Amino acid sequence: MRENLHRFFRAARGAGVRLSPAESIDAMRAVSKVGFTDRTILRDTFLLTLAKTQDEKKALGDCFDLFFDRPEPQSPPEDGKPNGQDADGSNASSDSPSETSGGDEQAEGLGELAQMLLAQDRNQISATIANAASAASLSDIRYFTQRGIFSGRILDQMGIQRLRDDLDNLAATNPALAERLTNALDGLRGTVRDTVSQALMLYGREEAENLRNDILRNAPLSRIEPRQVEQMRHLIRQIARRLRERYSKPRKRQRRGHLDVRRTIRRNAAWGGVPFLTAWKRRHRDRPKIVALCDVSGSVARVSDFFLLLIHSLHEVVDDVRSFAFSGHLIEVSDILESKSPEEAMAEIMSKVGFGSSDYGSSLADFEDEWMSAITPQTTVIVLGDARSNNLDPRADILRRIAERSKRLVWLNPEGRMAWGWGDSEMPRYSTFCTVVRQCATAKQLERAVSDIVASYQ
Amino acid sequence: MADIRPSASIEAVESGLAAQGYIASRQIATAVYLAQQIEKPILVEGPAGVGKTELAKAIAAWRGMKMIRLQCYEGLDEAKALYEWKYAKQLLYTQILKDKLGEVLGGAPTLEAALNQLHDFGDVFFSKEFVEPRPLLQALEQPAGCVLLIDEIDKSDAEFESLLLEILSDFQVTIPELGTVVAVAPPTVILTSNSERDLGDALKRRCLHLHIGFPEQKLEERIVESRVPGISQTLRKQMVNFIHEVRSLDLKKLPSVSETIDWARVLVLLQAPELGHEMVKDTLNVLLKYEADIEATMPQVSTFIAKASRQNVFG
Repeated sequence: MRENLHRFFRAARGAGVRLSPAESIDAMRAVSKVGFTDRTILRDTFLLTLAKTQDEKKALGDCFDLFFDRPEPQSPPEDGKPNGQDADGSNASSDSPSETSGGDEQAEGLGELAQMLLAQDRNQISATIANAASAASLSDIRYFTQRGIFSGRILDQMGIQRLRDDLDNLAATNPALAERLTNALDGLRGTVRDTVSQALMLYGREEAENLRNDILRNAPLSRIEPRQVEQMRHLIRQIARRLRERYSKPRKRQRRGHLDVRRTIRRNAAWGGVPFLTAWKRRHRDRPKIVALCDVSGSVARVSDFFLLLIHSLHEVVDDVRSFAFSGHLIEVSDILESKSPEEAMAEIMSKVGFGSSDYGSSLADFEDEWMSAITPQTTVIVLGDARSNNLDPRADILRRIAERSKRLVWLNPEGRMAWGWGDSEMPRYSTFCTVVRQCATAKQLERAVSDIVASYQ
Repeated sequence: MADIRPSASIEAVESGLAAQGYIASRQIATAVYLAQQIEKPILVEGPAGVGKTELAKAIAAWRGMKMIRLQCYEGLDEAKALYEWKYAKQLLYTQILKDKLGEVLGGAPTLEAALNQLHDFGDVFFSKEFVEPRPLLQALEQPAGCVLLIDEIDKSDAEFESLLLEILSDFQVTIPELGTVVAVAPPTVILTSNSERDLGDALKRRCLHLHIGFPEQKLEERIVESRVPGISQTLRKQMVNFIHEVRSLDLKKLPSVSETIDWARVLVLLQAPELGHEMVKDTLNVLLKYEADIEATMPQVSTFIAKASRQNVFG
């Protein structure tokens, strides 16, 4: 039974419930108190000891139902012995009467597996599959590419080799029986495949998702395929949640060294003002204020899309975000992003300013004319763009004035460093006024960049 | 494992709590049973007014133990939660004992001898005598054990959470001047949280995690029955039905069990024979706490009442 519990814990981890060894020990202790007799109590016990949030409870509940839905595997077989014999050893007493009464005379002399298939004893077959599965350590399955290997291993364990020999022999002597056996074998293959698929669902979900996310995280945002956009949005939302969790903690920092006289006197009033307890001044940190200028032309558009999505999902962390989009000219898009779904918002922004040839000079001039007052000494200004201005006047002087007004000026460029300054790129001229310039082409780089910006306020 | 009949013991918990007027779901009873068996605190989460605090009270009453309550708030610290030195008393004693000290030390010929004599007194002024125990320390010192309720832990600062860790896992606290105080009898600890902020993993790991949501219809009827005995069966069914309909709306604050009980009391007080349109409209403010919520519910009232009484006929 302990073996089963361990397998369940592994399945729970696969379902995305974070289990520490200590928690599994607690769960074991709890289970030893309630026993296995009542399934609903067992389920409640796991939910109480293992899952620590509402989401985890749901995931674990589903996992429990899936896990205990199948027949319990019998005691694991000893190593070395072929599996069929072992299963037969434990089940022989109960099964032999039915087999002899309804059994086929010709079935004598065939392998265990063949006899089992011909007898159509469902219980015994599923028990044998389960045993073979645990011998093939099916719970180690992680990726969908492993399905074939594991199916093969399980069938091997069950003695498919012997079955093939039997089939070859029968094909000559008794074609009818051979046909029956072939059909049964096809059925068996199907069942094994289902078992493996279920195991993959139980144990492999988390791993597969991690792998996919990892690939996605390092893929260039501008070149991802349309079908991946939704997954990427999901990933960006995850990143946003992570950043929120990390940075939304209270920003109070004790700064020892400066006595808060007023609070000290108040606190010690009970002892006639003799300062037993001291109170120290605390420094409150500002929440980040961000002004984002995003190029939405051509290949930069997709990166801007994800960047805006990320910045605008950081409500708890970032006090104030104002976003501007530009290609030929510049408009404010904060309201559009706040009020609409990401897809709709981006479509609307694109229809308003997108698809023009980019003109950094006139866009910066637009910004200076109307929104320069949005920048305060606490503001971080983020410009996202490739700085390719089609050989028009870059107006770097405006960027200098922006840099002077703001706390920090960060430039995120989706192009690689090698390309900066080549062709019509104005990057070298702009970068002299920027506090930080960094490449930002993948989700990972995006996360890093935004995380650094937010962290500079902590 | 054969001699354990957990379902029986869990039912015992259920009926024990029921005797105190707390109708527990199977999950709650399992949590209480396990907490006792493996000596772990329970962290109860859920919306306001579903009986998180009541659970602790009911357990205390059922087991006949004292309940010690620690209400958390922002800025709660060691001095208010754990222990504090009685500075005034220490000062007073030094003043009074000044002469005595002079007498004791007067006999010493040299300064060194005086120092040695002083050492012999030990730490008189940092002894248990001068410690003012606050709820957490009190809970550990109860000889017969107690129920320690740490209410709304999510309101406290993250540092306070860390302070609790030692108590929660080992039932002990360390006072720098005195050493470690171990619980005489391990208390039953209940922590409640409204999920205003996410609690740390370290805290969650040490607890059984129980989520109390809104109860099912049958359970809620039983709760009303036990809390408001004077209510007729039809009215009870109708009003619980009605509340379940209201909870399906998208409201700022959904009515929870405490509101159900309040409303039941009001209806009994107004001697309503059954749920009437006017009656509901007049008393809706008992159920809903925001003007916007009342406005959103008002147009639906007649449909909900019709549904409630229809279900009553068939169910």
